[in-house]
Amino acid sequence: MTQYRTEILRIKRIHRSNQSQIAIVTETRDYLDRHFENHMNLDLLSKVRGTSKYHLLRLFKRYYGLTPWQYLISRRLSKAKEYLVNGRTATETCFAVGFESPASFNTLFKKRIGKTPGLYQKEQLSKRQSGLES
Amino acid sequence: MRIRIVSVPVHDQEKALKFYTETLGFIKKLDIPLGGGNRWLTVVAAEEQDGPELLLEPSPNHFEPAKTYQKALFEAGIPYTQFNVENVDQEYERLIDLKVEFSMKPTEIGTAKLAVFNDTCGNNIQIVQIL
Repeated sequence: MTQYRTEILRIKRIHRSNQSQIAIVTETRDYLDRHFENHMNLDLLSKVRGTSKYHLLRLFKRYYGLTPWQYLISRRLSKAKEYLVNGRTATETCFAVGFESPASFNTLFKKRIGKTPGLYQKEQLSKRQSGLES
Repeated sequence: MRIRIVSVPVHDQEKALKFYTETLGFIKKLDIPLGGGNRWLTVVAAEEQDGPELLLEPSPNHFEPAKTYQKALFEAGIPYTQFNVENVDQEYERLIDLKVEFSMKPTEIGTAKLAVFNDTCGNNIQIVQIL
């Protein structure tokens, strides 16, 4: 067995004692992945796993480095990029991934991705086109 | 400040390009001759072609400490770098079918599932799925 594998197995044993915490955060993340387009808040998430919302917030941040809300936004934006590349309009995409206002979607998208949804879509489609031609 | 390029030391750039593109599925981005048979050779993830580039760097051939460090990591089974995947089990099966050698089968640890394979260029590489 390699030195690395021995170390991984040692850490795995430590994590085993935190299994209930790990189940809380992985199930919450999975829930966010499956329901990212729905209205979501911390109260709802804490009910899903039957835990206090502050406990959930602390655990999620500890294991993933993000709050559940930050993770949800990141998940929605990632899906939004996929929808835009597949030709959906910015407004359709906004509602399809769970944002409620095209203006705030536009602002958030630009802040995180560096360009508006419309420009992002135009660039990606143009790249795809030039890829097909070359 | 942004993370744009990370590098992996390789013994043979041509062999590395073949492995990283044909086996792992990355796409060649830059291939600039640098003289003496060396190239500025980068690959990117197919799903993220504007994302960070991986530089396949022939440092073990030119800088003895790099060679020593790479060899020591390899022998200890320590991955030089890691790539994220959607599903480690599926990727493991796909790579096994392509005759890739794993020193660690898919293993769950906390909120991640990991596996480690030999990139045939002197490195262990870890694939990770966040659970």
